[in-house]
Amino acid sequence: MLAAFPRMGHIDILLGDLLDRLGIDYLLPPVNSEKTLVLGAKYAPEFSCLPLKLNIGNFIEALELGADTLIMAGGRGPCRFGYYAEIERRILKDAGYDFNMITIEPPSLGFFKFVGPIKKVSGKSIRKIWRALKESFPKARAFDQLEKLVLKTRCYEIKTGATTKAYKKALDVLSKISGPKEVDGYLEEALALVEGVEKNLDRSVLKVGIIGEFFILLDPFANLDIEEWLGIRNVYLERSVYVTDWIGPTANNPVGGVSDTHLAKLAENYLSHFVGGEGLASVGHTIHYANQGFDGIIHLFPFTCMPETIAKTILPSVGRDLDIPIIHFTIDEQTGKAGVATRLEAFLDLLWSRKRQNEKKRLVKSRQLV
Amino acid sequence: MKVGYPQALLYYKYFPLWERFLGGLGAEVVLSGATTKNTVSMGTIAAESELCLPVKVFYGHLLELKDKVDTIFVPRFVSVEKKSYTCPKFLGLPDMIRSINDELPPLITPKIDLDKGWREYFRTIHELGSNFSSSKRKIFSAYRAGVLALRDYHNQLQAGSTPIEFLEKKKYRKVKKTGLKIGLAGHPYNIYDTYTSMNLIKRLREMGAEVETAEMLDDNIIKREAARLPKKLFWTYEKEVVGTVFHWAHTHSVDGIIYVLSFACGPDSLIQVILEHELRSDTALPMMSLVVDEHSGEAGLITRVEAFVDMLQRKKMAQLC
Ligand code: SF4
Ligand code: SF4
Repeated sequence: MLAAFPRMGHIDILLGDLLDRLGIDYLLPPVNSEKTLVLGAKYAPEFSCLPLKLNIGNFIEALELGADTLIMAGGRGPCRFGYYAEIERRILKDAGYDFNMITIEPPSLGFFKFVGPIKKVSGKSIRKIWRALKESFPKARAFDQLEKLVLKTRCYEIKTGATTKAYKKALDVLSKISGPKEVDGYLEEALALVEGVEKNLDRSVLKVGIIGEFFILLDPFANLDIEEWLGIRNVYLERSVYVTDWIGPTANNPVGGVSDTHLAKLAENYLSHFVGGEGLASVGHTIHYANQGFDGIIHLFPFTCMPETIAKTILPSVGRDLDIPIIHFTIDEQTGKAGVATRLEAFLDLLWSRKRQNEKKRLVKSRQLV
Repeated sequence: MKVGYPQALLYYKYFPLWERFLGGLGAEVVLSGATTKNTVSMGTIAAESELCLPVKVFYGHLLELKDKVDTIFVPRFVSVEKKSYTCPKFLGLPDMIRSINDELPPLITPKIDLDKGWREYFRTIHELGSNFSSSKRKIFSAYRAGVLALRDYHNQLQAGSTPIEFLEKKKYRKVKKTGLKIGLAGHPYNIYDTYTSMNLIKRLREMGAEVETAEMLDDNIIKREAARLPKKLFWTYEKEVVGTVFHWAHTHSVDGIIYVLSFACGPDSLIQVILEHELRSDTALPMMSLVVDEHSGEAGLITRVEAFVDMLQRKKMAQLC
């Protein structure tokens, strides 16, 4: 048996580590690229969302490389992701591939639907699976913590690209983690590498929150590497979702730092019910960032994504009430980097001029006080 | 009190229930009327461009009503059975509506969430009724009358009437039957809205075809057929579409299927795969998918439908010979 799972940012760290612990052989399909997307879009229905198209592309690449077992997450809706596995199985079977599909349902659909499939492929006991899960998580969380630091500090680097370089080194350091006990040590070393990048902390930067659909936010190919693009243009970034927060068993979001209940509370006056995916969290985070004095919000999501289209409908009123500019990007296989860059440049110009004006106002006010 | 009722989305499913219920409590229920070009253009201007046509149509109906009524009925349908949901757009509908720029009258937005159980549901009904009456007995007897009206509606549909004929008392001209029967699948707000569907049912009948829809089938059959999916579909209304098409595919009780879907509809994009997968063999029933949006042209649609009906007719003749 040779298993494979889809790519999404650095989720392979978590899943790879987990499969190693469970003694399951697997191969990693190539990271998401134009090629993956073209392949996926060829088989996936036109109005399906981008993550499905990339999943299909990953699976085809994996099957061509010799995988015979595909591992996919399940779900209970209401967003489409929960039914992806079923759809992908049909699309790939209709395309003529032969394989076995393992769907891992979230524990909320019943504990056995969650561990059962893992038990079947690994032959390990539930206790062993539980332990493996507990041991794999801290490592993945370390990757998230490192990423969070990079997003916040890249804007201060003196030499352009220095943070990205240090980040790569730091990733190698984290890869050495082989068990939970080693996490703290290596994480400290990795964070120190990024912290050690020469910085100009007096530099004036823009503070921007990135919100939206989880897959787009977590996968650099899907989001056109927008974070690095912004970081080297002096934008301090915080992001609404990280890999371990997304799959984590708690609603605390330890990396992102805001709990789901708090987000729902913040969003209440604008969106008073969950709508699947990150729809509610997107509205909640916009308000959270606005309250923290951020300069602007970037909203990213796939074309036809239901929860985020709802959020997009609602966010303009949030932006108006809290006086924070929001820019939306709907992403599909036709989205080009150049077009996104042009719109982003104009957006950053707007944020800078607002910032300058606000500073002037503040200055005038303080003079009046004197 | 005048309660506006937008003639869109789940109107086709539940109108008799809410009309009788609210009416029984003394409210005057005001319908927005059939969808027109004006409805669609108003909705398209007011709604976020990426929303699906049915939601834009809902916006249009709501805007047509807003100055004529004291309040508008915009329920939040979260789930209509255990462990299921409706489309996320229904979950967020009242909030989306509230973000419209125009001045709106107050909205009545009961949350229907049957996954939470009947107790919770009846609490919602009581709360909803309390807007109109303080008597618990009156509220529940009005509700019971609503349920009976809904049952009557379902019976009429199963006897072969369409929601348009029943709700709008429209009569279709009798046409000569050719013995051809077509299964029309898709969301009720797509296939029964005469504007969105470009009067598809009427046209098919005029071409001599008998039309069957999910609403005319026994619920239990649909449920049983949908249960053949290896993983239960968590959207109730889409499960109905799948169960219906599975039933036709299984029994060949129609000659062909027309599946109407909305452009950029999330659930439709996935069930399309399920339906095509089911109907992929050579002996399977022919199915045509019709994608509708605010830009679909009438001429193109008619040509396609005519060609499809012709093809089915020829196939049927060949089988008879
Ligand atoms: S959140 Fe949106 S894009 Fe992501 S899987 Fe769900 S519907 Fe698709
Ligand atoms: S099911 Fe499709 S057409 Fe209906 S509201 Fe949802 S997205 Fe729109």
